[in-house]
Amino acid sequence: MNRTSFGNARRLLGAAALLGLVSCTAFAVLAADTPRAVEVDIAKFAYGPKDITVAPGTKIVWTNHDETPHTVTSNDKSFASKGLDTDDKYEHTFSKEGDFTYLCTVHPFMTGVVHVRKQ
Amino acid sequence: MSTFDDTPVQNPARRKALSCLAAWSGAAVVWTVSGGVPRALGATSAGALAAVAPNSLTFVQISDTHIGFRKEANPDIVGSLRHAIADINGLAQKPAFVVHTGDVSHLSKPAEFAQARELLQELRVDRVHTIPGEHDTIDDGVTGYLKYFDHDGKGRAYYSFDQAGVHFVALNNVLNFKAGTMASLGDEQIAWVKSDLSRVSHSTPIVVLGHIPLWTVWEPWGWGTEDSAQVMALLRPFGSVTVLNGHIHQVLQKVEGNVALHTAMSLAYPLPAPGAAGIGEPGPVTVPAGELGKLLGTRQVNVVRGHHELALIDTPLAG
Repeated sequence: MNRTSFGNARRLLGAAALLGLVSCTAFAVLAADTPRAVEVDIAKFAYGPKDITVAPGTKIVWTNHDETPHTVTSNDKSFASKGLDTDDKYEHTFSKEGDFTYLCTVHPFMTGVVHVRKQ
Repeated sequence: MSTFDDTPVQNPARRKALSCLAAWSGAAVVWTVSGGVPRALGATSAGALAAVAPNSLTFVQISDTHIGFRKEANPDIVGSLRHAIADINGLAQKPAFVVHTGDVSHLSKPAEFAQARELLQELRVDRVHTIPGEHDTIDDGVTGYLKYFDHDGKGRAYYSFDQAGVHFVALNNVLNFKAGTMASLGDEQIAWVKSDLSRVSHSTPIVVLGHIPLWTVWEPWGWGTEDSAQVMALLRPFGSVTVLNGHIHQVLQKVEGNVALHTAMSLAYPLPAPGAAGIGEPGPVTVPAGELGKLLGTRQVNVVRGHHELALIDTPLAG
């Protein structure tokens, strides 16, 4: 969702530039919408960190370092990766505040949570 | 689980016997289950199978082929499967069929299922019965798996069949999980098992196939089935029940009354012993060159009509 709004911002910016109406405000909006990326490792059948708090608009990138496939699947189905083989990545941008629990559908004992909070 | 004793299932004495006998003969070990207690009869080569009673049913269990796996723990899983297929095709007594207790594929990819099905067709047996492992249900549950392995065309991954007076029940115990729990069979499937078994006399030998062990081997690694106690209760009235599982890539056993539960070796790679000290997770174990073949293998099962005991022969790929 956030990626879409980011795309819209870019298109807006392009339109603004064409019209010669680029302003500091437009740049500020773009900067605020640029997702911050946070890494979460999947290693030894665990998410690290398992519990993470980020600001709205943050992109989380999960990387599977195990030789066994894992998934990142939210309990409310709002996000879900495919099966991630070794070194595969999955990213999701969290635009709304809330607590998002997730698990690995291959190994449901692997769980994690993303807390999205305004900071 | 509550009706099931949670004694650690690994049996060091049996493992010691197994390695001792394997060292002696370099081949297979014959097991018989008598009075509910499995015991080793001795080591044998395939030639000894001629001694099997002529009216017996023989079938082979393979498991955890993980087609698509390409890591250091076994860079040639296709070669390992073909090795096993050659062994099975060379058996003195032709098995009636082969059962594959799950994790046919590694990543549930259509190309992996297709390759697995093609490879399994090299088995010179009438048919191969599969059940799904959790590696076969990664992205869309059993949907992708069933496109290649829907045995009765009913669009579900559990089924039953009869052969030579033995009733076989094949289960799917890799889905129906909640966060932080082990996978389960689910109410719908348990109701089906109850209905299926209601048509079978208690004197009929039962063989149950399930990918994940139907007893709790090691809960922190998900090595158990959350609602297995319900199925065990349905099986308890029967005089002879043998449960064949995969998933943990090693031979373990447990006996509860007339129910004997066995896990099998993988044909892909070894996994650590349950809760092994120093290993916090059930990931593939890379062993020194030359050792891998001893840790992979097949299982032949002989059912003699009129006997409640099933003779199990676990054969490593290499002795």
